[in-house]
Amino acid sequence: MNSVVCIKRVPETAEATLKIAPDGKKLEEENLVFSLNDADNYALEQALLLQEEFDGDVTVISVGPPETDEIIRMALAKGATNAIRIHHDDISKLDASAVASLLAEQIKDLDYDVVFTGAFASDDAFSLVGTMLARKLEIPHITMAIEMKQDDEDEAEISRELEGGLIAKYRIKFPAVITVQTGMNEPRYASILGIKRASQKEVDVVDDPTIPENKVQLEKISYPPEGKKAEILSGTPEETSSRLAEILKQKGII
Amino acid sequence: MNKDIFVVIEHRQERIADVSYELLTKGYQIAEKLGGEVIAVLLADDGDQMAQSLKSYADKVLYIKNEIFKNLHSEYYCDALSSIIGERKPALILFGHTVDSFEVAPALAEQLGIPIISNCVDFDIDGDFVRATVPLYGGKINGEYSFNAENGGIISVIPGAFKVENPQKSGEIEKIEFTFEKEYDDKEFIEFIEAAAGEIDITQAEKIVAIGRGVKDEENIDMIKDFADSIGAVLACSRPIVDAGWLPKERQVGSSGKTVKPKLYIALGISGAFQHISGIKSDTIIAVNKDPNAPIFKVAHYGIVDDMFKVIPALKAKIEEMK
Repeated sequence: MNSVVCIKRVPETAEATLKIAPDGKKLEEENLVFSLNDADNYALEQALLLQEEFDGDVTVISVGPPETDEIIRMALAKGATNAIRIHHDDISKLDASAVASLLAEQIKDLDYDVVFTGAFASDDAFSLVGTMLARKLEIPHITMAIEMKQDDEDEAEISRELEGGLIAKYRIKFPAVITVQTGMNEPRYASILGIKRASQKEVDVVDDPTIPENKVQLEKISYPPEGKKAEILSGTPEETSSRLAEILKQKGII
Repeated sequence: MNKDIFVVIEHRQERIADVSYELLTKGYQIAEKLGGEVIAVLLADDGDQMAQSLKSYADKVLYIKNEIFKNLHSEYYCDALSSIIGERKPALILFGHTVDSFEVAPALAEQLGIPIISNCVDFDIDGDFVRATVPLYGGKINGEYSFNAENGGIISVIPGAFKVENPQKSGEIEKIEFTFEKEYDDKEFIEFIEAAAGEIDITQAEKIVAIGRGVKDEENIDMIKDFADSIGAVLACSRPIVDAGWLPKERQVGSSGKTVKPKLYIALGISGAFQHISGIKSDTIIAVNKDPNAPIFKVAHYGIVDDMFKVIPALKAKIEEMK
């Protein structure tokens, strides 16, 4: 049973201070650490779990510049068997439908049963590419999978995670696209041996893909308006916590 | 294209999602500006009552009836929507940016060959030019995206972005018994499963201490738990903590977890993405985070820009002194 996993390289921004580049359309990348998009990491793990149960290949595929090879190598180190990078200098210039087209163009010729993607990327959180990809491949899709149960290689029961923790269970026949929500499994770490092996594996690079026309343009990025803001207590931890304790007491909360 | 705005109504188990009313409110403002109508598009099986409750918010309720719409199936949804949209050519189609729209909206955009901007907090239309604001990187940056809507377009908006106002319209209900030409047997809805009740109900807590990514390590949770216990608070968290398996799902605050309404909410190492913030209804929110630009400081009432592992022990000692 063969899987394809679509992965994206994203900056780690949860605790970073972000600066906008002079072109006003992307971030200054100098002080940023890039890694595999969180939800894609769970998607990859799901493909590796299937491979352990049913054998077959796991092909990782990504659109991006040569630096993308870092996350591709990491996926190979974890156990992916094949890798494709569709070259593009600056993926912030592509809309979701264009990315889905580039992926579909490569995936359609592969021998696959399931295509996994993350349910969303941590940068734009659009949640578009997976579903669009399914349409372009003309196969069914399920988004926001949090559990997958499978008795044979032809179909699976997929639980979608809805708002408030409600689960909707579906049955889907393969081939299909499944977009994976974070928390679906426990992503493994690459072993030293895996990393060593991955460094010898080939990444197939699609050097000069035909770039589809965008329907959606990125005009600019900006810092959100200041707006309402918390009263910031400043000083040493001693001082700030002392002030906070007083506030809580005044309010009668403690 | 005409000047109407379609709002695709989201409902589950016969209840209309709040975001649908939010979109009808915004859609009404946009339609008024364009000189068109706001039309609630309800795909349902047993939807008479839902159609009635939408009347005062819309110029028209298009109630498309088929038993298949009892539960979400994206292919049938897309076929019905694209048939009706192809006929009536609305200027814009609005969805909530919800788990169900992830399944439908991008597929519909592909089926109709029209642009989509999802995850929006605001949008506007000027002639055929549609512009939308999208929070990027967990809300730390705003992105401005645009498309040409001469052939229509789709916008999906984060729940909570717009306030609901009832314009007291009395829209007519147009009911269409829809029949399908194609069958889709490669995907099928089986059942809903309610989240299991856990050992604790955080929605009833009066005080909550919540942790996020900034807690760094599972071992650090004990210290926070001690602090929470010392002030009689319940320990909760944002999604990454549940994903890591450090706390059970029942303690998650946010759109995919619980909505809480404590008197005091202390957010530790939580950056404050929209999905988390939407689950907090509290009069006193306190945030401790190392990043001064973390979006959590926009909803917090008091903030401390510092390392929680320095602040919390000091705070615990202070509060104990005061007792």
